[in-house]
Amino acid sequence: MTQKQRKLVRLTACAALMCSALPMAGAMHIMEGFLPPSMCILWGVIALPFLLAGYFSLKRTVAHDRRSITLIAMAGAFIFVISSLKIPSVTGSCSHMTGTGLGAILFGPSAVSILGVIVLLFQAILLAHGGLTTLGANTFSMAIAGPFVSYGIYKLCHKLKVNKLVSVFLAAALGDLLTYCVTSVQLAVAYPSATGGVLGSVIEFLGVFAPTQLPLAVVEGVLTVIIVIALESYARPELRAIGFEEA
Amino acid sequence: MSRKNKIIVVVLLLLCVLLVAAPLFALRGASFGGSDDAGSVKVAEITGEEYEPWFTPVFEQLLGGELPGEVESMLFCVQTGIGVGVIAFFLGRFVERKKQEAIREKEHKQ
Repeated sequence: MTQKQRKLVRLTACAALMCSALPMAGAMHIMEGFLPPSMCILWGVIALPFLLAGYFSLKRTVAHDRRSITLIAMAGAFIFVISSLKIPSVTGSCSHMTGTGLGAILFGPSAVSILGVIVLLFQAILLAHGGLTTLGANTFSMAIAGPFVSYGIYKLCHKLKVNKLVSVFLAAALGDLLTYCVTSVQLAVAYPSATGGVLGSVIEFLGVFAPTQLPLAVVEGVLTVIIVIALESYARPELRAIGFEEA
Repeated sequence: MSRKNKIIVVVLLLLCVLLVAAPLFALRGASFGGSDDAGSVKVAEITGEEYEPWFTPVFEQLLGGELPGEVESMLFCVQTGIGVGVIAFFLGRFVERKKQEAIREKEHKQ
């Protein structure tokens, strides 16, 4: 990142911090129009510095080695596929996965925020799934919080010398699960329950999302492992170019 | 791809199919609605009234109504298709490249 870029990211980060410090008792895909306008703006502002950092990080990756574009495209396409599949779960309702773990492991968490926001825009505009007003909140949960957790877990497992495929699985699965936890919190902050306040609400929403998402998180972890095996078998030069550690 | 990896991939794929199909058979007759919708039901429960979204999706505004279910599933398929297309295209290139490299190496040795 150049000096100027770093400054820009820092500036937006400061703005985000200031906004979140305001006493707005503020909130996976949250539906269009389901968050109060103030909270839509709040989450949008919070998401902004991450998106900027992601843009610069992607730009640097591509400038470093143009061949990495193929892997970036594949990581983005993976999110496209994975987040379009609505899968039945044990609770009798359907949900879908996020697919952001792969990109986070390969390119770092901030780069994924850009890939994630593309998918979210596609779904918000064409599919009435999620929404333009809730884009900021959804970006934060799916394209920022989830990938950051995935990346953190992957790095931690790497330090602890956990088997690589196991760490990929854990990173993708837990990142997916956390996305829905963040959504629960976002909704709870917007709709605190009359009796239990925000915390009571968090538990209510987690009760809806978490059991549904648990098996899906496992599926996402497994699929991510499969694609990593495929890449390691056939795309060694590209993986090396982006500095992905060899097994 | 090594033989060991091939076995791992096949087993993992079977596991995915099992995980996805199991609820369908275990919970016969469940409606399998979206959990996003379940979330909005919860909102109504907590606030005690039907929440009126203050903004309707742009596409639905243009259409003057809800997106027809069949068209929605078509658009979801388009999304999947775009993703699978990109992944398959590049992966296919990678696989072929590795094959060609192996052939060239063999010729080189002879």
